[in-house]
Amino acid sequence: MYTYYLTIVLAPLAAAVVAGLFGYKIGRAGAHWVTIVGVGVSCLLSMLVLYNMFWGGAPAENISVYTWAVTDGLRMEVGFLVDRLTALMMCVVTFVSLMVHIYTIGYMHEDPGYQRFFSYISLFTFSMLMLVMSNNFLQLFFGWEAVGLVSYLLIGFWFKRESAIFANLKAFLVNRVGDFGFILGISGVVMFTGSLDYATVFAGAEGIAAQNIEVFSGTPWNAMTLVCILLFIGAMGKSAQAPLHVWLPDSMEGPTPISALIHAATMVTAGIFMVARMSPLFELSTTALAVVIVIGAVTAFFMGMLGIVQNDIKRVIAYSTLSQLGYMTVALGASAYSAAIFHLMTHAFFKALLFLAAGSVIIAMHHEQDIRKMGGVRKYMPITYWTALVGSLALIGFPGSSGFFSKDLLIEAVKESHWHGQGAVYWIAYLSVLLGVFVTALYSFRLFFLVFHGEERMDAETKSHLHETPLVVTVPLILLAIPSAVIGWFTAGPVLFENYFGASIYVDSAHDVLTHIGETVWHGSLGLFTHAVLTPVFWLAAAGAFTAWYLYLKRPDIPETIKRRVSGLYNLLDRKYYFDDLYIKGFAAGGRSLGQFLWQKGDQLVIDGMMVNGTARSVGRLAGVMRHIQTGYLYTYAFAMIIGLTILLGWLIWFR
Amino acid sequence: MIGLQHYLVVSAMLFVLSLAGIVVNRRNLILLLMCIELMLLAVNFNFIAFSRYLGDETGQVFVFFILTVAAAEAAIGLAILVVLFRNRRSIAVQELNTLKG
Repeated sequence: MYTYYLTIVLAPLAAAVVAGLFGYKIGRAGAHWVTIVGVGVSCLLSMLVLYNMFWGGAPAENISVYTWAVTDGLRMEVGFLVDRLTALMMCVVTFVSLMVHIYTIGYMHEDPGYQRFFSYISLFTFSMLMLVMSNNFLQLFFGWEAVGLVSYLLIGFWFKRESAIFANLKAFLVNRVGDFGFILGISGVVMFTGSLDYATVFAGAEGIAAQNIEVFSGTPWNAMTLVCILLFIGAMGKSAQAPLHVWLPDSMEGPTPISALIHAATMVTAGIFMVARMSPLFELSTTALAVVIVIGAVTAFFMGMLGIVQNDIKRVIAYSTLSQLGYMTVALGASAYSAAIFHLMTHAFFKALLFLAAGSVIIAMHHEQDIRKMGGVRKYMPITYWTALVGSLALIGFPGSSGFFSKDLLIEAVKESHWHGQGAVYWIAYLSVLLGVFVTALYSFRLFFLVFHGEERMDAETKSHLHETPLVVTVPLILLAIPSAVIGWFTAGPVLFENYFGASIYVDSAHDVLTHIGETVWHGSLGLFTHAVLTPVFWLAAAGAFTAWYLYLKRPDIPETIKRRVSGLYNLLDRKYYFDDLYIKGFAAGGRSLGQFLWQKGDQLVIDGMMVNGTARSVGRLAGVMRHIQTGYLYTYAFAMIIGLTILLGWLIWFR
Repeated sequence: MIGLQHYLVVSAMLFVLSLAGIVVNRRNLILLLMCIELMLLAVNFNFIAFSRYLGDETGQVFVFFILTVAAAEAAIGLAILVVLFRNRRSIAVQELNTLKG
């Protein structure tokens, strides 16, 4: 298996190097062939690994490939931990990546940076695989930063656009904030256990939880709570949880394929994956889990609300991604790690599908992204229409779709997480995810109706060219629509209730909501339908979809009226709760003026002006006075000597 | 009776005279050298006086050494003086101020 793992990781890297460095030699076709073959090999082998794990009963493997450095007993290694969690992530990553590679042929075919783009997305696949397959914190951090770097490169792919450069810088800086917490968390782990290796750290988890640390003297904190919250801050940056979510909507400046690959399906789920991977640590700190669940709940509901007022087709989906990531985080906080990973998987399929469908529309509309200028696209693009419908239904959790299984059971798990107490934490989490369902349905179908139904609002020029996109675009759509529609049927049971993850996820028996649901609610995939009809989740989703239909198809005049009536709320949503203003005008401008102050007053005035040049000037001034004593005449010096001698003698005689 | 303090007073007078010569004299470098010699002699005076007073001959031996060194020094000083005169055509002290800062 060792060679398999190495091949899985290195094939995309090799492809990225070839496409990136020799892009002009191998040409455009060469670039896409080499990367597709690289990622395809990875994908096939990943599926083989998953197959061996799931059906072949292959055990989890923990292999150290290479020791990079040893310092003071701390081993820094490159290694793979391949268990069932990893195998699932590998399949999701490589499959979505492969679809996106194929799709890109159609989406980017006129772009001058064709080879560069393929090189980047292959490099991204490599980084993400390094992240999920890692068996130690250092390699995790490497993958973490590498996906951040590739994300930066890809958001700014059209580097001649000012907005793209702004967006990629913003993404990079916001991620730095998260990474700061993340690396502090890793440092905490090393401090308390003296090891970077997962197995050793998890074995010593009880030891961390038994310690207290005084960061500010006088207030002892539980070491595990501190470590977990710091690690989670990293996850908040990468998985775009409030308040570090601001970079994700802006990252839509990048080409659509990477919005699908990086900012919906894979990279942003790194934080979710990381927390699930660290479940033996998080389980030992209820406080940290409460923080996780509240942050997730806030993100799930409030970011969904923003999706309702956006008019850029990709931004609506971006806010939906934020909201769904919030759902996954809530599941993590409820100790339903399997539910989070399961939602991650289904979400990866349907969100990639939605993005690619949006991209397909964008291609057909000649890179017009404003949904107010679309409408009635249905009859021109049947395949895109139907696949987008599948994606939207999965997103709102329509019974039978993959999203139905993951979201319904996720909400059920949150509902059962009474161990958070009956206080604010529980109710914030539960109500947010419930209301989030309505909001999700509303914005998804608002988008869907505005784009595909209703009157045709585009100009005549665009309309005359409107037709279905080529095969390289529609085939990935269809290939993604299939799992989006059906994968829930036969995976929900094994993943959530039949202990698929085994030892790779640890859940404290007091927190084990999924087992409880498995005993009370779960009676097979079909049984969930009857249960769903009885829960508010289904009716909220239906109400959301109906509201969207009524507001945007039946009576399109109402939204304008609402907008005018509650202009305060509308402005709040339109300005994204003023987060951007706070960060740009508050932190960024504040930081800059602080820098300005330190530069002009601190550096130029005090250090340069007073200390460095000031010293030189005062020496010069003193010397200017002293030089008048140096007459150059011998008798002056002799006189000075006599005076000095007299004083010295006098001192010797009278004061000794 | 002439005692130790008389010798010491003479010696101090000689010393102060030579000092005054160094400080006051602005014209002639030779005078300066002579003042230094005089200063050494004042010191010698002290040596001899104390040698007699303490009954220890070492002080007198030292006087010989000092005289020898003073002679050598005078020779070197005069040589420098000649060279100086050759270069600057003057041995006036108030013109020798190239050390001025």
